[in-house]
Amino acid sequence: MTKKIKLIDLCCANCAAKIEEKTAKIDGVNSVTVNFLTEKMILDIDEAKAESIYAEIEKIVHKIEPDVKIEGI
Amino acid sequence: MKKDIILLSISAAVLVGALLVPKALGIIKIILFIAAFLLSGFKVLANAFKGIIKGNIFNENTLMAVAAIGAFFIKEYPEAIFVMIFYRVGELFEDYAVGKSRKSIKEVMNICPDYANLLKDGKTVRVDPEDIEIGDLITVAAGEKIPLDGVVVSGGSYIDTRALTGESVPRRVDADDTVLSGCINCEGVLTIRVTKTFEDSTVSKILELVENASARKSTSEKFITKFAKYYTPCVLVAALLLAVLPPLLIEGATFSDYVYRALSFLVVSCPCALVISVPLSFFGGIGGCAKQGILIKGGSYLEMLSKADTAVFDKTGTLTKGVFEVQQINPENCTADELLRFAAYAENISSHPVAKSVISAYGNQLDVSLVTDAKEIAGHGVSAVVEGKTVLAGNAKLMQMHNIEFTEASGGTVIYVAVDNGFKGSIIIADELKADAKNLVAQLKKSGIGNTVMLTGDIKSAAEKTAAETGIDTVYSDLLPGDKVNILEKVMSSAKGKTVYVGDGINDAPVLARADVGIAMGALGSDAAIEAADIVIMTDEPSKIITAVKTAKRTISIAKQNIIFSIAIKLGILVLCSLNVVGIGVAVFGDVGVMVLAVLNSFRALSTKER
Repeated sequence: MTKKIKLIDLCCANCAAKIEEKTAKIDGVNSVTVNFLTEKMILDIDEAKAESIYAEIEKIVHKIEPDVKIEGI
Repeated sequence: MKKDIILLSISAAVLVGALLVPKALGIIKIILFIAAFLLSGFKVLANAFKGIIKGNIFNENTLMAVAAIGAFFIKEYPEAIFVMIFYRVGELFEDYAVGKSRKSIKEVMNICPDYANLLKDGKTVRVDPEDIEIGDLITVAAGEKIPLDGVVVSGGSYIDTRALTGESVPRRVDADDTVLSGCINCEGVLTIRVTKTFEDSTVSKILELVENASARKSTSEKFITKFAKYYTPCVLVAALLLAVLPPLLIEGATFSDYVYRALSFLVVSCPCALVISVPLSFFGGIGGCAKQGILIKGGSYLEMLSKADTAVFDKTGTLTKGVFEVQQINPENCTADELLRFAAYAENISSHPVAKSVISAYGNQLDVSLVTDAKEIAGHGVSAVVEGKTVLAGNAKLMQMHNIEFTEASGGTVIYVAVDNGFKGSIIIADELKADAKNLVAQLKKSGIGNTVMLTGDIKSAAEKTAAETGIDTVYSDLLPGDKVNILEKVMSSAKGKTVYVGDGINDAPVLARADVGIAMGALGSDAAIEAADIVIMTDEPSKIITAVKTAKRTISIAKQNIIFSIAIKLGILVLCSLNVVGIGVAVFGDVGVMVLAVLNSFRALSTKER
């Protein structure tokens, strides 16, 4: 299933790339793109694992960019 | 932002104050330095601390914090404060530039409707477009955006399709006309029956396409992300070596001197300028094209388009208007009306534009019950049993297939008609060239696409007429849909650069998919074409291809400039720092300066205007 998550106040392009790279490695994530300019993360994930994936994404995002607000989970 | 500027100004003032304090009052001087340092650097230090706690050690903030604190410890107080002030000022610039490009991209994508006026029990209620179901009636007042795709039930108006097509002339719509979401109603009130949910409406499709464009990364984007990944660790190792080795190996070299130089390295080690500038250029190019009604599914297609040297065109509906009109009727052994009537009944099954023009030339209502056993023979025509008689209508190949002797005709697309295997005559249908197709080939050649090819299922004489009018080099006519892929593959294997295929998205989805870059034209409202193509031109103007090629070339050159420029400046600063020609302050300033310039340069990609 596809899922869109807003990453508000994403301010560093390299961090966006890092978030994308780390998220792609989560189990159950088929594909992920972080669009730095629209501040959106577009995911294709296994629905069954959605909960654990979201938790993992929150951890990754907060580790790399502590000030980013996540919306849409 | 304002708060930050005030804080930084105070910090700068305190710094000046500290520098003015005479040396004798050393304690006061140091206290002032610390105050200035904390005022400008508090946020960076706090973020660095947060990063370290979370285990994210190599982020921008930590690097800056280490550089500044390091400078402080080797008693380069003003330098430490410079690092913080310049870094923060640079960040503000960066935020501004990024904010600005985000805004201009939002403007491009500002086609999303906020609400829909649902008509329910004679009253209108304002609801979220997502809550509307197929079959619901909605009203759109003058000045409002059409929120969902639908059909006009009542009212007539002009609608502004600029956001979708880049076309500035409003389009007239009346009852029974299809309207697309994202258009603006210019006058009067339209009542519309919704035919697609919000998710499937044109607006959502376009937004999704533009947003997902970053998924298909170009090689230069991939290169720069990879470069950045190795860049930071390499510079950090270099910094460490620079701090330790020379003092040990070179006589007279002091640790504090080389630590200072190494600290400058830390400042330059952040790869953000590199990472941001390339995708930003591509996003600019894609956004600029979107404004013109050209949707590009990813940076990689812009890249391939810029390298294209061969363009393959479909004829009907792409170069020609696809509006066929019966020009001539040549009956044999029957009257013209009879011939047209048989042809119209037989062609009724086909959705080909040629068939439609025969039916409209016939003009009378068709009694479908008279036709049995109608079928289309791909690439040949149709066969049907009309009032018990077997009617064949199609090209010369169809006649040959049934061994029917016929009188050859030319001057356009010819439909030969046979009834019960006896030739009854031919109908000549001609199509008109699109106004902007005439100069297309000449302009393409100017843009580096030297080889042009036309593929068509149409007959040779009609194909050659179009080729002569446009100047296309090579023509393949009388093709079956399957042939097109084979010929395209042949063309692709002999082309040096990339091959572009331009079609109207009807019947040529496999060809669109096979080409390096598949461009679907006149795709407004055609889901299949949007799906299959890499680039979608919303209007039916082939000249938009030129705009796309030019934008692609400009985008690629901007991206290259940014890569070369930012890497060169970074390396330059590193060299100057290691030789101690410039200090840490210049390093910070240079670093953020590069990034701001790269961002500003990427803006240029957003403009698709000729220059």
